[in-house]
Amino acid sequence: MTRISTVIIGAGQAGLAMSRCLTDRAIPHVVLERGEIANSWKTERWNSLRLLTPNWQSRLPGQRYAGPDPDGFMSMPELIRYLETYAADSRAPVEERTRVTSVMRDATGYRVETDRGVWTCDNVVIASGACNIASVPGFAADLPPGIAQITPLSYRSPDRIAPGGVLVVGASATGVQLAAELRLAGHDVILSAGEHIRAPRHYRGRDLQWWMGASGLHDTPITEVDDIDRVRRVPSLQLAGAPGAQFTDLNALQDAGVEIAGRLSGVRDGIASFSGALANLCALSDLKMNRLLATFDAWAESARVPDLPVPERFAPTRVPASPRLALDLRSGRIATVLWATGFQPDHSWLHLPVFDRKRRLIHDGGLVARGLYALGLPFLRRRNSALIDGVGADAAFLADHIAQSRARRAA
Amino acid sequence: MTTASQTANNGVNTEALIGARGAFEQAPQAARFTFRSSCDWVEGTYSINKLNGYFGLGQEHEREKTFRIESDHPAVFAAGDRAPTPPEIVLAALASCLTGGVASVAQHRGIQLNAVRATVEGDIDVQGILGMDPDIRNGFSAIRVTFEIDADAGKDDIAALVAQSQKRSAVFDLLTNPTNVAVSLA
Repeated sequence: MTRISTVIIGAGQAGLAMSRCLTDRAIPHVVLERGEIANSWKTERWNSLRLLTPNWQSRLPGQRYAGPDPDGFMSMPELIRYLETYAADSRAPVEERTRVTSVMRDATGYRVETDRGVWTCDNVVIASGACNIASVPGFAADLPPGIAQITPLSYRSPDRIAPGGVLVVGASATGVQLAAELRLAGHDVILSAGEHIRAPRHYRGRDLQWWMGASGLHDTPITEVDDIDRVRRVPSLQLAGAPGAQFTDLNALQDAGVEIAGRLSGVRDGIASFSGALANLCALSDLKMNRLLATFDAWAESARVPDLPVPERFAPTRVPASPRLALDLRSGRIATVLWATGFQPDHSWLHLPVFDRKRRLIHDGGLVARGLYALGLPFLRRRNSALIDGVGADAAFLADHIAQSRARRAA
Repeated sequence: MTTASQTANNGVNTEALIGARGAFEQAPQAARFTFRSSCDWVEGTYSINKLNGYFGLGQEHEREKTFRIESDHPAVFAAGDRAPTPPEIVLAALASCLTGGVASVAQHRGIQLNAVRATVEGDIDVQGILGMDPDIRNGFSAIRVTFEIDADAGKDDIAALVAQSQKRSAVFDLLTNPTNVAVSLA
């Protein structure tokens, strides 16, 4: 059994940023990592994925992008190298291949059990990711047995799924990117779209993420939103990390030959049913995009940003005249269902009463309980908390909190 | 987000609804309601529903007044035409649900409504209910709702009211998604 001030769980961008901030404050700590540095990026992402934020916006405490392509988007190998370099430069005390199996309270703090020994500590920082488990609806069990079912965590590339049609369920960033990729590779693709938000990659000559940052939207704190539960559930924008892809929205997918259907509402006797509410979800998506662009325009005017092209608005989403309401999954048209229906963190090892009735972690801006912290979750403290560029500010806040607690204990 | 005016009054008590949300967060079982109607056959295709009691907030509720909804078939089906057809009542329910939603959302967003009218159309091919063609469904093949709204707000804000009312509407959900229906003999 080893005693240490602080245990960080996870060596992705959140855990590494936290480690850097604790090192800067001379707080002894260890980073426990179930696999290797950047493990989820290494083992649970598809081959073509690139970050949705430009390289220059990959700032971490003590590190920024210094490569030749600041406006590019990192591929997974590039991101993994970026985080490995960060860990090395920060001399992060990472214990790789050390899986946390249990966290519970002990007499003075916390007891962290792993498959390679036990740690006791005053503080635990949960930095194990927001996307450990693919959310799949319960009726997935009702699909005919001949249909292959996969999630984005195991999907790698179009050539590694069965020949034939693919029903992609979910139209956030993951679903639209994979539908586009599968269609381009020649698969027959139907995309089932629930609530979604479209956005252009570029607006008035700048990348969308530049607008999000410069206008202050990325920095919006939780104290400035009226329903934090709702904004934490807002779906990711329909974007791809490619400068050429101005839209990866339902119009672009339809142009590429993808059929769009409404939200998948259930499966009975081999027949999948889709909601008839697609038109409204498309209208909501257009309204939300236009509201976002209007926010940018208003900010640009008040900030007197020079040399900007004039504001633009984009053609509304084309909704099929009568989108399909049913699909016979036994007809042979669909060989694979890809569930792009969201992700959730895995906190199954956390044996503490810190969950709500839907087993979501309860926290106040990353403060879970005395000495227990969370980092890297959607809108943890600010809108960009789950982005590489946003995790640093949250890590610095939590590190200050830990430093103050230590000072109080010592006094 | 909206042209919020604090004086908007559409007669909707949104404070009470927001309070209920807070209460249901603590006691989600109280949010489970059961509504009922009891329908008596009169003659031919004419029938009369009586609606009063419902269950909610953990207990039974009785209203002061019992409501009646009558239904019949039209003269072109050689019926009495004493009341609207059941599918028309469904269209009316959709229109009322969306219209009430528009008022509630407008109140919540501080938008004063001056006039709201929803016009609903449903297409139905009666070869389905007559059992003539198994490829034709019994129910509506398409439903269209058109809103005319006069409100103290811009075009996009009014469009957002209509969109949000659909997102939160019970009847819109009923018509756009399947529901398990169990019919039994008492």
